[in-house]
Amino acid sequence: MSEKSFDRRTLLVSAGLSTMAGISAAASGKSTGWVERLLKRRFVELSDARREEILTELEEACRVKYGRDDITVADTPALDGVEFAYGLDLSRCVGCRRCVYSCVHENNQSRDPQIQWIRVLEMKKDHGIDFAESNVYYDPDEVPEPDSFYVPVACQQCRQPACTKVCPVKATWQEPDGIVVIDSDWCLGCRCCMSACPYGARHFNWTEPRIATEEINPDTHIFGNRLRPNGVVEKCTFCIHRTRKGRYPACVEICPVGARKFGNLLDEAGEMRYLMREKRVFVLKEELNTRPRFYYFYAT
Amino acid sequence: MERPTGSDLVNSDQEKLLPGSSSLAILLIVFLSISMLILFSIVRGGVGHVAEGDGGRQAFGPAEISGVEFDGELLPGIEEATTGPDQGEFLVPPPPWSESGYFPCTECHADLDLNPEPRVLEEMHDDIELNHGPSDRWCLDCHNPDDRDVLRLINGRLITFDESYLLCGQCHGTIFRDWRQGIHGRRQGYWNGGKSYLLCAHCHDPHAPAFHAITPLPPPVRPQFLARTAQEEAQEAPHE
Repeated sequence: MSEKSFDRRTLLVSAGLSTMAGISAAASGKSTGWVERLLKRRFVELSDARREEILTELEEACRVKYGRDDITVADTPALDGVEFAYGLDLSRCVGCRRCVYSCVHENNQSRDPQIQWIRVLEMKKDHGIDFAESNVYYDPDEVPEPDSFYVPVACQQCRQPACTKVCPVKATWQEPDGIVVIDSDWCLGCRCCMSACPYGARHFNWTEPRIATEEINPDTHIFGNRLRPNGVVEKCTFCIHRTRKGRYPACVEICPVGARKFGNLLDEAGEMRYLMREKRVFVLKEELNTRPRFYYFYAT
Repeated sequence: MERPTGSDLVNSDQEKLLPGSSSLAILLIVFLSISMLILFSIVRGGVGHVAEGDGGRQAFGPAEISGVEFDGELLPGIEEATTGPDQGEFLVPPPPWSESGYFPCTECHADLDLNPEPRVLEEMHDDIELNHGPSDRWCLDCHNPDDRDVLRLINGRLITFDESYLLCGQCHGTIFRDWRQGIHGRRQGYWNGGKSYLLCAHCHDPHAPAFHAITPLPPPVRPQFLARTAQEEAQEAPHE
């Protein structure tokens, strides 16, 4: 009798073990972080070792998919004592859209269908800042046009972001250095954040993003410019893969008139603090109390 | 003949008016619905409502744009200025010489007699358009008459072309202050380390400093044309 019950136990244990082996075998063939998704654990909650594994898997997946063996995916953490802020000099911006294309070049946005994180709004000087009257499709032979000024708009990296509050799965959040990021592996594609954002700064991959292999920027960050899958939302991250290593964002460096400023808000002697002290600074849609870290100013 | 009473008049008028007002109402409804339809189609922004010459019909990527260097190299020395012994140093590229390569100026001017008289230059430097401040401005306000390889400040101090910002800063004090703080002009490199500045003359022609208009890059594609290429491919695929 006792021998019989032991047999049944052995049978059950071995059946259980073989099921688990089957699941893990299936899981090994699945996409990155599949086990974690099943266990409802997000990338940021994992151990360093497991993160490293996931990054390696992700790199491998990107390399195979796009046929390039130099693609790297990092998870560079926020620097201590740093809160990023951005300044844009409206008195200098000429609306040339160099920043728009530099951003696309840097951040691996889909070329077709086209996704651009920066939109340059052309506004008329006699209207002032008026979103309803603004035009993003302006295409004259030369800019600036004498009766217009230009307001480039991308993610404002709000201190009280509406987009992160509405996310049903916490796939988007604010990092310690102020950058609002998205975990593409976790994003459902419900687009609630897009409707919550008052700046139109979030963009959706309606199809599989298409980039030519040779146009890919291989230096990527998991929450930034990594190659995104179909059906996820994406946005400006202040070039997280550059700025966390100390570099200026791509749009700052390309701007031919030097209208774009970037730096650490906590650095008393830095250029951001100087311009906030000395210049006429404002934020977009202040009345919404999103408290952006993106400051527009007039230097003259 | 009996004169119609007041009430009769009103009644007959109403009878007369009624068919008129109802047709007016119908006309009004028709007019309103047509105008609403037009309004909706404008608001919706249908394909037909984009004017012929307007941009935004085609998606451009950075690869299709020529004349803009998206992969610009940093100045050599910036990495060292970030991590090396010269940490925090600001680098400035050499001043832009006119394309004909005039420098050093003394190669010619050492042998020429000084003519301080403002005049139209004919033999040399006739490409210089002087449009900077007061109309009586002349070369020797900034260029040193005795040694043309250097510039001269108002106080008589001689400076090289590498320090030309000091000359500009004599008049443009507020801009000069902003430039030193990094608020005016373009910086490249590391926000927390080595970075490069540009001299005033890299962006502004000192002789005619107003910033010239430039050609904008193409506008974003309009939503109604967004997926056109993908759709066209999908339609073509079954025929192959």
